Amino acid sequence: MTNRITPAHAAIALAIAIFLLLFLVIPVITVTYVAFTNSDGSLTLAHFFSFFQLTLMRESFYNSLYVGGMSVLLSSIISLPLAYFTMRFQFRGSVLIQTLGVLPLIMPPFVGAAAMQLLFGRSGSVNLLLNEYFGFSIPFMEGLNGVIFVEALHYFPFILLNLTVALANIDSAMEESAQNLGASGLRLFRRIVFPLAMPGYLAGAALVFLKVFDDVGTPLVLNVTNILAAQAYFRITTIGIDDPIGYVASVIMVIASLVALWGSTWLMRGKDYATLQRGGSSLAKRRLKPWQAVIAYGWIGLVLLVVLSPHLGILLLSFSRVWSYSIVPDVYTLDNYVTVFRDSSGMMANTLLYCGIAATLDVIIGTAIAYLILRTKLPGRQWLDFAASAAIAIPGVVLGIGYLRTFRDFQLPFTDEPFTAFWLIIAIAYTIRRLPYALRSCMAALQQMHVSLEEAAENLGANKNRTIYRVVVPLMAGGILAGFVTSFLTAAVELSATLMLVTAQSDAPMSYGIYLYMQSIAGRGPGAALGVIAVVLVGLGTYFSNRLIRSRAAGHETQILKTGV
Amino acid sequence: MQAKEKVRVDIEHVSLAFGATQVLRDISLSIAPGEFFALLGPSGCGKSTLLRLIAGFNQAQAGHVLIDGADITRIPPWQRDIGMVFQNYALWPHMTVAQNVAFGLEERRLPRDVVARKTAAALELVGLQDFGKRRPNQLSGGQQQRVAVARTIAIEPKVLLLDEPLSNLDAQLRVHMRTELLALQRTLGITTIFVTHDQEEALSISDRVAVLDRGVIQQVGTPMDLFDRPLNRFIASFVGTINLLRGKVEKTAGGVVFDSPLLGRVSLTTDTPITGDAEIAFRPHMLSLAAPGSAATPGKVWVEGKVVHREFLGEFIRYRIDVQGTGIVADQPHYGGNVEFVPGSPVRVGIEPAQLRLLPG
Repeated sequence: MTNRITPAHAAIALAIAIFLLLFLVIPVITVTYVAFTNSDGSLTLAHFFSFFQLTLMRESFYNSLYVGGMSVLLSSIISLPLAYFTMRFQFRGSVLIQTLGVLPLIMPPFVGAAAMQLLFGRSGSVNLLLNEYFGFSIPFMEGLNGVIFVEALHYFPFILLNLTVALANIDSAMEESAQNLGASGLRLFRRIVFPLAMPGYLAGAALVFLKVFDDVGTPLVLNVTNILAAQAYFRITTIGIDDPIGYVASVIMVIASLVALWGSTWLMRGKDYATLQRGGSSLAKRRLKPWQAVIAYGWIGLVLLVVLSPHLGILLLSFSRVWSYSIVPDVYTLDNYVTVFRDSSGMMANTLLYCGIAATLDVIIGTAIAYLILRTKLPGRQWLDFAASAAIAIPGVVLGIGYLRTFRDFQLPFTDEPFTAFWLIIAIAYTIRRLPYALRSCMAALQQMHVSLEEAAENLGANKNRTIYRVVVPLMAGGILAGFVTSFLTAAVELSATLMLVTAQSDAPMSYGIYLYMQSIAGRGPGAALGVIAVVLVGLGTYFSNRLIRSRAAGHETQILKTGV
Repeated sequence: MQAKEKVRVDIEHVSLAFGATQVLRDISLSIAPGEFFALLGPSGCGKSTLLRLIAGFNQAQAGHVLIDGADITRIPPWQRDIGMVFQNYALWPHMTVAQNVAFGLEERRLPRDVVARKTAAALELVGLQDFGKRRPNQLSGGQQQRVAVARTIAIEPKVLLLDEPLSNLDAQLRVHMRTELLALQRTLGITTIFVTHDQEEALSISDRVAVLDRGVIQQVGTPMDLFDRPLNRFIASFVGTINLLRGKVEKTAGGVVFDSPLLGRVSLTTDTPITGDAEIAFRPHMLSLAAPGSAATPGKVWVEGKVVHREFLGEFIRYRIDVQGTGIVADQPHYGGNVEFVPGSPVRVGIEPAQLRLLPG
């Protein structure tokens, strides 16, 4: 591959760099700067001292770490057996894993939180039943328990999916030789399987931690305010944009996220066990003994029931007029949907607009970065990848605060409107927040494509641009589309940056609407209805794009991917 | 599709390094018009790098590539008019077979009817006229290979480059396809450069072969040259199986004498500049084996040894024989009634001095 650097490459790289600098790097630096400076601009640690002197802030700090850690733990307890059973035993579970993997994407935890309260709360369905028949109740939803429970139920698929992929990628000979040398059962799992799957597990665990740390909607819907994200949001929105405590909270959140992210990669440095020497047979799946099958299917059934409960709860809630102190709603109605369609169609349009813009920008930037990284030798190209990927460690609340602060004196040209009140800033926040997903997707698509496919085109007379147009983009189409869909769908249910950046009701997207409804008891019905509509839209989107990708890919099961030189 | 003007390819003092790794060192080669030329060597010897350099995918730090005397070193790949068949075929999975073949013609902005005609002709040449509408992944390995060849020859390139074109095929198909490739090359008369690590493949179909090792050309010659007159130890052991013995060369009036502990003093009737420390090389199939005490054929040097190991290879039996601590490989043709030696039994090994080949120590 010739790698002459062209002016076009440099120009594209520069444009992306400016975009990332303006809307990711500078806002985050601004937040950090404010946290470390006095009003006169001198450096100080005083804000951090006053932060930790406030009992509420100390409590929030510990609570955030506790909720993050416990959510990872609970997610692991749910995921480990599921992944191991489905990957290593004759077990009808792959469809299930697929389904479970999509669920948290299509319904964020804050939507289901209210329903979970009605099902698992002190006077929720489950505890009502337990009380009636056994005379005791379980505090699933009391305080932080509720947040942990809801977050873990929503985000455990990140661990599950990463773990299943890791397990699938372990060369079957690794386990077979361990069995051949006498290891079996738990020892085999503890000494061979789990260590080899560790990178996948840690990647998933870090992601769960980030997600939980980032989430501000769930605690607020559950009335838990003593955690960092909520405090940062409150300080900035109630005390004001100049309150340093909010910035300190932000910096701590970013640091915790970075530590989780880097920690997981640092622990696994030099331990890339992707031993995919395919061509051999895959591991023969073992047969479950009857008692094992009972336990396995029982566990899966239980997990599925609990995981689906917020979805079921939201559905029930959306059709209910009143639902409290009863196992299921007493009166059913369609009024909630009528209300929502009357009042919130603007929000649906906003969601489509913002997410459309964000996802389009994401795949364009993602494709460009992937090409620059993998197919050119442009100096500094790794920095683009690094910056774009680092966005995953910036909580939405922090990004929002960064925008408000960085652009607060910036007026839109020809109007008096401040830039921070312009709807486009929400779409830009979505673009930055979802860029890592789209970028990974585009990178994977280009990585799988053997360079010789492009060289063959050049050899037959197509220059660089013609090659990109006729070979690279068509072959990447599946990955680009997948990136678009992931960006779009996850942006559609994004709340933490949205909360910070929505200034006018008319600019609010659906996620904001659901949150607002959920704030009041009376609004829960319509909120649930809007949630159901969002879930259905997102679910349909996922389904059709999957079908599209699959039908496109049908002719593309390429031998070339396997016969790399 | 008719034969075009045949071109010659000259590679002049080409050197190439990837970072600190020197991959090609001062390579010079001349490939005659219409020649079927092989680049042979172990993996990592630089042969594929050299081929990609001719195609324009690698840039040399020094040296030139000339086609019919014109320097193409600075011309980008898409303007070189050199067709290359990739090791993994590099067929585009999003296009049909016919679209793959038509690609290069379309990039040359040929009129639509010409593209269609030439595509059909190229497919017919490789016997795939009925497969145009299929996708590459619906074809077998051999068919995919034919499509890759058709796609390349459709543009009627000046030079045809083949990068290990047979390595992804199973053994039987490989033998069949190499004859087919040669026949095609003879029909079209395109100067062809062919990269392989398989010496049998290189020897069987090439007009001439260049053997590379660690970025240096070790020897260029016809297949028979390489086999019969290897220039050094590497060529001798890489092309075919060979026995090597260390010793000293002394000049005498009638020629030279090779003195080794194993064979004693053997007179060689060669005219060699080599003196002092040297090695002699001899092929296993040139050795005679006899039972101990049997009448010794005059003219041969006989040494006593013991059979250590025996391998049955069908046409012949390969013996490993221990001669005073030195291992010697000897091949004996196998046919009904031939004498066999079992491991452990003593044996006499006869070597004809005329078949000994002297190599620099």
